[in-house]
Amino acid sequence: MTANEHLIRDLVEKHGTNRTALIPILQGVVETKNFISDTDMTEIAKELDLSAAQVFGTATFYSFLSTEPLGKYVIRVCKTITCDMHGKRTIIQTIEEMLKIKVGETTPNKKFSLLETNCLGWCHEGPAMLINEKPFTGLTHERVHDIISDYISKL
Amino acid sequence: MSKKINLTIDGIQVSVDEGTTILDAASKLNIHIPTLCYHEDLCVAGNCRVCVVEQENSRTLPAACAMPVAEGMLIHTNSGKVRVARKHIVELLLSEHNADCTKCYKNGICELQSLASQMLTGDHMFLDLVPDKRYTIDRFNSAIIKDDSRCIRCQRCVRTCEELQSVSALGVAYRGNKMKISTFFEHPLFEVVCTNCGQCVNRCPTGALIERNYVDQVWDAIYDTSKHVVVQTAPAVRIALGETLGFAPGKIVTGKMVTALKRLGFDAVLDTDFAADLTIIEEGHELLERLKSALVDKDPRVALPMATSCSPGWVKFLEHTFPELLPNLSTCKSPQQMFGALVKTYYAKKKKLDPKNVVSVSIMPCTAKKFEADRPEMRSSGYKDVDYVLTTRELAIMITQAGLEFEKLPDSHFDSIMGASTGAAVIFGTTGGVMEAAIRTVYELVTGRDVPFEDLNITPVRGTEGEVREATLLITKTKPEFRFLEGVELKCVVANGLAYAKQVMQNVKDGTASYHFIEIMACPGGCLGGGGQPIPTNKEIRAKRKEAIYKEDMGMPLRKSHDNPDVQEIYKDFLVKPLGHKSHELLHTHYTPRKRY
Repeated sequence: MTANEHLIRDLVEKHGTNRTALIPILQGVVETKNFISDTDMTEIAKELDLSAAQVFGTATFYSFLSTEPLGKYVIRVCKTITCDMHGKRTIIQTIEEMLKIKVGETTPNKKFSLLETNCLGWCHEGPAMLINEKPFTGLTHERVHDIISDYISKL
Repeated sequence: MSKKINLTIDGIQVSVDEGTTILDAASKLNIHIPTLCYHEDLCVAGNCRVCVVEQENSRTLPAACAMPVAEGMLIHTNSGKVRVARKHIVELLLSEHNADCTKCYKNGICELQSLASQMLTGDHMFLDLVPDKRYTIDRFNSAIIKDDSRCIRCQRCVRTCEELQSVSALGVAYRGNKMKISTFFEHPLFEVVCTNCGQCVNRCPTGALIERNYVDQVWDAIYDTSKHVVVQTAPAVRIALGETLGFAPGKIVTGKMVTALKRLGFDAVLDTDFAADLTIIEEGHELLERLKSALVDKDPRVALPMATSCSPGWVKFLEHTFPELLPNLSTCKSPQQMFGALVKTYYAKKKKLDPKNVVSVSIMPCTAKKFEADRPEMRSSGYKDVDYVLTTRELAIMITQAGLEFEKLPDSHFDSIMGASTGAAVIFGTTGGVMEAAIRTVYELVTGRDVPFEDLNITPVRGTEGEVREATLLITKTKPEFRFLEGVELKCVVANGLAYAKQVMQNVKDGTASYHFIEIMACPGGCLGGGGQPIPTNKEIRAKRKEAIYKEDMGMPLRKSHDNPDVQEIYKDFLVKPLGHKSHELLHTHYTPRKRY
């Protein structure tokens, strides 16, 4: 059995084979390896007696269930109107310049991915972003510079 | 008795059962509310919103297909608010729809087009988003074409594939403005678990899912004077073709269909029913041989129960879903393919034709037959046994193109040879029919007597929609050579629709059911509800077609496959005996395990 099959077998053991287990299992895969591959999906479909298209449909519906490989740190900048008006564009520009990638891309060393996201619920402290699970708010050019530098130095 | 609910629709009082939707209540008053995502065969989705109505004292416009009636409701189905809302809804759908109607296969029979025409859309209220959408078309399949640029995401196909067929080759993927109907990872249909049953094609309101049509290729063959073009017609075509050409559902148009085919220019108009009778002979003997091996020789390798193999959607479903049960599938080819193999061998020889100049065309109620004809195994004559498969709908197109007034055509008879048939072959078109036809023959083979049912009507195996029908038949007073069947209760099961097929085969796999003989048809109601049949097809229409099939059976002078004179002749002249060498070469096949994932 491959490591992937082990991972899915463990998740199925934990969450069961009911259709309601699908999302927790998909989340579990993302937690471990950052994205869900096509073979992960067919493996899950087999375990839950679903069709592969059904698993694909659920995985592609949720933006936090990525179906493409992402970097170790996934930066998600809030794209909704309040953050936009608070200067989201500058934040994205700063990150793009620092990491030399555009929105939707991953750095060649697979450490960072830059994405946009829907409302994070931090409208009162926008612009806001997430790095993996951690929110950062009240962002400015300088603050983002410091945060990203911090992460780069952590590598 | 359920509780009655009183409400008022467009000022008219109506009293209906509790739980009735506004849509059904209005239809009782002969008020037609437009729908798109709604389909009688499927669960309510309520996602297109075209059926919105106005409810007094309600802020929003409820969807009539989804909203149950309530006491004292005041509904307006045609108020100004409703009309504007519906028009905007259709216009919004059109803003994302490739409305290049004159280039669309569904031109003239598209539900979206007909609503747009009804609502006089055309003042371009909304931006045309089609150029930015990067829609894709999947044309890689021999049976079904999926064109996302015409899709309105009503999800009838998704519900069909899941609820009726339990296949779910199609699902809903992505979200919001990126949402689309997709296979797994957007693979082409031929790479996924799609069985080509075409039930989605039959229900698609637009041109997003259509059959691959071979109309022009068939015309070219007809025009080519060096070719001898033979056509065969499946049992379920003759009871449905009329619907597209001016008749009400349930009309038997066998004679007119034959005349039309002759007028189109086919060199010989023959009958798949002949091959259906032949299938019964081969399959009946195969069943007896399997029973003998199991009961007398105690051969552990023999697979029982034996399942019918006439429905290509079902065959592919089994290949994907239960590949370990493929030995249970009868090795008999479907009637279409038996016919095809014989046209380019037996028929060509008899008619002194070079098989390379014979073009074999079949008219089928089915889209999966197109895939079946393309299987690499289906070349036992040394050529492609069936060159082109047309659906009932494609034949209707050809008849219209030729300018034939179908309703006024006189009746004529099938040509010979391979044109004779029996009532047993006709009922292949309905669920339970193959089982009944097989029992009529097998019982007589084994006992020398007719089946013990009035008028040969074996009603216990006549399947119905939405159920798995089980029946047993006690065999007594057998002929000496079939003594091993004396006192045996032949256990039969009949299912239609792949969701029910899955149930039956799961039971077989788990060992919780013990059958001898299984009949499965991929489509609801059997071939009469096939994916290639006229649109619309729904429960009521299927019931009428079924009635017509049994009527046609009762009206036939011969009702048992082994009485078919052309079948008797072919054994005498060519095949020698059932399951003989020639049969194995031409009439039997093998199957390919496929992946479900």
